[in-house]
Amino acid sequence: IMADDKDVLRDVWFGRIPTCFTLNQDEVTEREAEAYYLLLPRVSYLTLVTDKVKKHFLKVMRTEDVEEMWFEYEGTPLKWHYPIGVLFDLHASNSVLPWSITVHFKNFPDRDLLHCPSSSVIEAHFMSSIKEADALKHKSQVVNDMQKKDHKQLWMGLQNDKFDQFWAMNRKLMEYPTEEGGFRYIPFRIYQAMSDRPFIQKLFRPVSPEGNAYTLGDLLKEMYPAAITNDGEQKRYQVVIHGIEPLLETPLQWLSEHLSHPDNFLHICVVPTPSD
Amino acid sequence: MPVSLLWAVDVYGRVYGLSTVGQQWDQCRDAQMEFKRVTAAQECCWGIACDNNIYLNVHASDLSIRYQEETYENQRWNPVDGFSERLLPSDRWQWSDVTGLQHQPLDSFQLPSSSWEWEGDWYVDENFEGEPTEKGGWTYAIDFPATYTKDKKWNSCVRRRRWLRYRRYKAMDTWAKIPSQHTTLPDPFSDISCGGWEISEEPRGRLSLWAVSLQGKVWFREGIYHQNPEGASWEEVLLPGEVVQISCGPADLVWAVLWEGQLIVREGISRDCPKGASWAIVESPSSDVGATHVAVGNNVVWVVTKDNKVWFRRGVNSHNPCGSGWISMVGEMIMINVGQNDQVWAISSEDRAVYFRQGVTSSELSGKTWKAITVPRDRDRSQSSASANSLQSAGCFFCGEVRAPSVASDAESDLEKGSADGPGCLVTSTSPDTFVDAPSDPPADTPKPRIPKVTSDSFISELVSDRESGKTSRDVGKATPTVLEEDTISHEGDAKAPCAGVALSPSQSGGPLDTQWSNVDLEEAQSQQAQTGAVLDSADTCSLSSVATYTLAMEDPYGGDEHPLWAWVSGGGCSVDSHSQLSWFNSVNTASLVQSVQSMSLSVSPAQTAAWRKQIFEQLSERTRREIDNFKHYEQAIEQSVWVKKGSMQWWRDWKPHKWIDVHFALEQFSGPEGNKDGILFIYYNYYEEKKYLHAFINEVTILVPVLNDSKHTFAIYTPERTKQRWPIRLAAATELEMHDWLALLSVSCCDSRGIQGPPSKQAIWSITCKGDIFVSEPSPGIEAVPYPTPCDQMFWRQVGGHLRIVECNSVGIVWGIGFDHTAWIYTGGYGGGLFQGLASSTDNIYTQTDVKSVYIYENQRWNPVTGYTNRGLPTDRYMWSDASGLHECTRANTKPPSPQWTWVSEWAIDYSVSGGTDREGWQYAADFPASYHGYKTMKDFVRRRRWARKCKLTTTGPWQEVPPIALSDVTILPCAAQSTVDMVPVWAISNKGDVLCRLGVTALTPAGSSWLHVGTDQPFKSISIGAASQVWAIARDGSAFYRGSVSPQNPAGDCWYHIPSPAKQKLKQVSVGRTSVFTVDENGNLWYRQGVTPSYPQGSSWEHVSNNVRKVSVGPLDQVWIIADKVQGSHSLSCGTVCHRLAVQPMQPKGQSWDYGIGGGWDHITVRGNSVEPPHIRLPSLTDMSTSSPRSLLEVRNTEVDSGTSGC
Repeated sequence: IMADDKDVLRDVWFGRIPTCFTLNQDEVTEREAEAYYLLLPRVSYLTLVTDKVKKHFLKVMRTEDVEEMWFEYEGTPLKWHYPIGVLFDLHASNSVLPWSITVHFKNFPDRDLLHCPSSSVIEAHFMSSIKEADALKHKSQVVNDMQKKDHKQLWMGLQNDKFDQFWAMNRKLMEYPTEEGGFRYIPFRIYQAMSDRPFIQKLFRPVSPEGNAYTLGDLLKEMYPAAITNDGEQKRYQVVIHGIEPLLETPLQWLSEHLSHPDNFLHICVVPTPSD
Repeated sequence: MPVSLLWAVDVYGRVYGLSTVGQQWDQCRDAQMEFKRVTAAQECCWGIACDNNIYLNVHASDLSIRYQEETYENQRWNPVDGFSERLLPSDRWQWSDVTGLQHQPLDSFQLPSSSWEWEGDWYVDENFEGEPTEKGGWTYAIDFPATYTKDKKWNSCVRRRRWLRYRRYKAMDTWAKIPSQHTTLPDPFSDISCGGWEISEEPRGRLSLWAVSLQGKVWFREGIYHQNPEGASWEEVLLPGEVVQISCGPADLVWAVLWEGQLIVREGISRDCPKGASWAIVESPSSDVGATHVAVGNNVVWVVTKDNKVWFRRGVNSHNPCGSGWISMVGEMIMINVGQNDQVWAISSEDRAVYFRQGVTSSELSGKTWKAITVPRDRDRSQSSASANSLQSAGCFFCGEVRAPSVASDAESDLEKGSADGPGCLVTSTSPDTFVDAPSDPPADTPKPRIPKVTSDSFISELVSDRESGKTSRDVGKATPTVLEEDTISHEGDAKAPCAGVALSPSQSGGPLDTQWSNVDLEEAQSQQAQTGAVLDSADTCSLSSVATYTLAMEDPYGGDEHPLWAWVSGGGCSVDSHSQLSWFNSVNTASLVQSVQSMSLSVSPAQTAAWRKQIFEQLSERTRREIDNFKHYEQAIEQSVWVKKGSMQWWRDWKPHKWIDVHFALEQFSGPEGNKDGILFIYYNYYEEKKYLHAFINEVTILVPVLNDSKHTFAIYTPERTKQRWPIRLAAATELEMHDWLALLSVSCCDSRGIQGPPSKQAIWSITCKGDIFVSEPSPGIEAVPYPTPCDQMFWRQVGGHLRIVECNSVGIVWGIGFDHTAWIYTGGYGGGLFQGLASSTDNIYTQTDVKSVYIYENQRWNPVTGYTNRGLPTDRYMWSDASGLHECTRANTKPPSPQWTWVSEWAIDYSVSGGTDREGWQYAADFPASYHGYKTMKDFVRRRRWARKCKLTTTGPWQEVPPIALSDVTILPCAAQSTVDMVPVWAISNKGDVLCRLGVTALTPAGSSWLHVGTDQPFKSISIGAASQVWAIARDGSAFYRGSVSPQNPAGDCWYHIPSPAKQKLKQVSVGRTSVFTVDENGNLWYRQGVTPSYPQGSSWEHVSNNVRKVSVGPLDQVWIIADKVQGSHSLSCGTVCHRLAVQPMQPKGQSWDYGIGGGWDHITVRGNSVEPPHIRLPSLTDMSTSSPRSLLEVRNTEVDSGTSGC
């Protein structure tokens, strides 16, 4: 039986990354801190799903030694405002599982990370992404038509990992007039592993003026030609979305509808092909 | 949206069709000659060819057009010979019509035209009023004329029998000439318009066809209907002036344009008089510029004036066909055509493109904007020798004595403009004339050379393009046409040409170039050169050398193809409305292309099999293995929690007096012990100031039923307990949207808690409510277990999007549906749609579905001695405008569509198709209300009523795709055994006109099949069913049963019908055949079992009564029997239309013992023919509640509360 596209949404939502949290060596502890193992939802945010991690390590620390918690992977501070899956694909996609994250409670790298004093900051960030995406997709018409409680439903769905609750509302953000063949513009972000630039985000339509559907390849050709492997070339980059490498001929509109994160953006990671 | 065609003629006289799902104009290859004008209806297209004859193109249909000829053989008894053909001198003819007045021997019957063929020989009809007669078919009477019986009595002095013979219309999909009446038609036709199909549905397929002759006379074609597509004769219609063009709408509007530029409107068109009675004159919209063209629809009139301005007539309707005023519209057009749904098509005077008027709705009849149809024409070069031919011969439009339609001359004006602008324009304005007639036509039909004269058309041409007047006269005196048979592409043409004095097309005259022409590769410059020479040649031959011909011929003759120039368009057959999604306006659209491909193969859409999608599915499972499967012991970051959704609603309270009260409603969802989701519903209400609540476990809910009506957005929730009570939890949401959100959420919760997802299985049981909602249930393994099956009231039903009246399935997953409007639908394998959006719906395989039904109200009158019939009744009488019962007042103004889903699509109209018949004004008479009504007035009648009907339409979505084009009233699919290897699956159906059809090419992968095979019957049928051994049973409209003999995979349509007598004094209405069992239901609600059916005697021997109170039966592949019971009493209420299951049905006891009651309250249809899973053979006592499966009989109960929540129908 051919799987239905709805299963893709489920798979995307329930994507998990097995993670091992270890406390940074430099932290002052009263006794040895044990590593903490957790399945992190790929589509959520680090600071939203690590209350347990925090609790675990606080048990071995003195309150006065604790500042804002932050995470680092192999020397790179992890930006909590990127979805967890993006962080993993970008920095650790070809490493051994579980993903080993170092937990810090001091020396917050202000230059690299945003502060996250409470979950309302994450909510504000998440909702602003959704609004930005809808501005691109529907000139904000859908998100503006929603009520406060509908916005809350989206956020609560993410926060509580309620797929049905989230999608009952999110489907409205994924609709478009049939005759137009897609959204106005595709909300996407392209991340590069080996770059200091934050990400590429430009206007790009799902359908050409002639009515042809643009593909992932068309987008990359325009935004990041180096990511495409030409005939006869050694493959230098992997184009990763949710831990998988879709074919370049995949229609962009389909990707946007099925492989976007809950923030309604299609997060695309371009990472170097592992040398081995 | 059914696939239909927009017809158009280009300036060369080539006829094209554009399909509503197509993206190119397809040339009508069959047209062997050029056409001037076409006018289309849904089932056919009429045209005037360049020989001025009228041609008819009847669209091929799997349903053949058969005309039944009948005649009676009459005999009288005498003591010497017994019954013999020796009659008394005062008697009727030995061979006569039914009245006896008309002499009709068998050999007096002739085929009306060469478009007909006999289907077989004469045979005797052995069916008399639903009863089989003795061999020989004689019926007996005391004397002529008298009442006949099928039995011979002692006093039977005369007898007669009916002979039947069918003739078949064979000229399908081809232009067949309408036999002309030379005596009454002195001059040829110049305009034609068909319509009027909405005036009356009797006889079926009736059409009005109006024609204008060159002398300005108007003719009406009498006697066109389905079985007689050519019509009978032309009747002249008297006129106040000379007409140049006429337009007939789908209903009762007919307008025409007079020479002087005024318009005339036909008045008095009605059901009894489709020809109308008189003309009224309407002045041209503009005082100084006359009208040149008119187009009418149902309620609209569009006019073009001489200056190409477009006008819309305000206030036009049946009661005021003349309308009230003109509105000037944007755009300059040369002609306009109004098609179905008042949609408007036009040809622009500027670029000769076909334009579609966008945004025409019933509330905005004038639409919004003109939009050009930009699709290309087909480029099939292999056919281009034909078009080369027509390209040349089409010159007949622009010269010769018989003037082309006004538009044609207009093309010339374009031409001149074009040549001024530069090259790349038209070719043929003055190229030689060639008529290519149908080879079968005798030479007598050849148009005779005549002295040219100015005719109406050319007159109008001059009006339309003043600057062209010189040209018109220049063209006068050109060569005259002749007949050339198309296949004589040889020098024979050369020989003939001089004597006939005609022009030759280059293909005939350019001898050495013949080969090039026959294998045309016209894109090569060389052949263009060759052609140029050829044109020159031909021009010389007929002394028609003209600069224009030469220069234009220098251009690529197919230059015209780049920008098609249209002369005429007809949308009468094109069923679009303002919501139709047409792919005509942007040349390439992948989405619609994909869709059109999908529509051809229903089972596998290419998008689903695309490599990229496969890659994503595979990589996602690979990701799950990599990232999750080995780490399942890890803790989840987010704890599962209870999720509550709350809302305010109204609840139909359980205690009396029943009424809607405000409640708080909450759904609590949580994960069950095994990770499955579960939930509880809470309804919080106040009972005498005390806060109370009612709850229901989601895993106990058996069905959610939306109950839309015009005042509230309500739905009903059933559990097994509530089903027994016949009293669901009834809730009303504040808005339709809220109701949909709740239903979608609850439905997902119910399915989750039962682990149901995705599409229904092949074994699924399908049912339909009287509202057209579709429900499906997965049969539990024990549902057919004997003696303790799963109780019926525990079945879980979920809704599937769409709207149907009938659904039938079998166990290989083939599911067919029939809408209220008789449209046939095929299940696409999806789920959801309708109000189930998002997660509750599959992404693919969901399509738009529409349905149309009529709402009926009654006008009631009482007779009084002074004033006759009036709308003043007695104080005790029913409302003067009421529903059928008379209990509720229903006026035309206050009657709303059945629910907000429906919108009106027509006006109120008198319904003449009421059983019992009506008089000419639709009245039925009776002695008093309520009583039995009859269609004529007698002395004893003091009341009368008539039925008014108004159509409404629903648009929804669901996993259904239309199976055009034949409308159906019943369908049946072969029930297969569990491990069936049937390749071709027999599917039989009854058309909505009663024809029996057999579907070919149905397989599990192509469930829609390919085409219908028409199976002849002597009378219309209404129900059909095929059993597992290909045994086909059917019920005729007269209530008699038939068995179809010799149906087998090799002979899918069988060979003949065996008439099976009905149970005594009963008229059967439905049949269902399982593995071996045959069950029927009669009009009085009795269920009958056919006794004595054996493989060697499949017709069986007698009917045995099983039960009463039955509306419908479905017998499955296990011979399981399910019905819709009429009325079932529950502990709280009564439900009408209830699903019931026959218990203890076993091979030795196929009639079973008793009924088990399932979901009810408005159920109308069920099919269990997909469930072929043998139940486990367990003989242990079941744990299920004995009471539910204990024998009960179906009670007929009155005076109890009716479960109106869902049975409001």
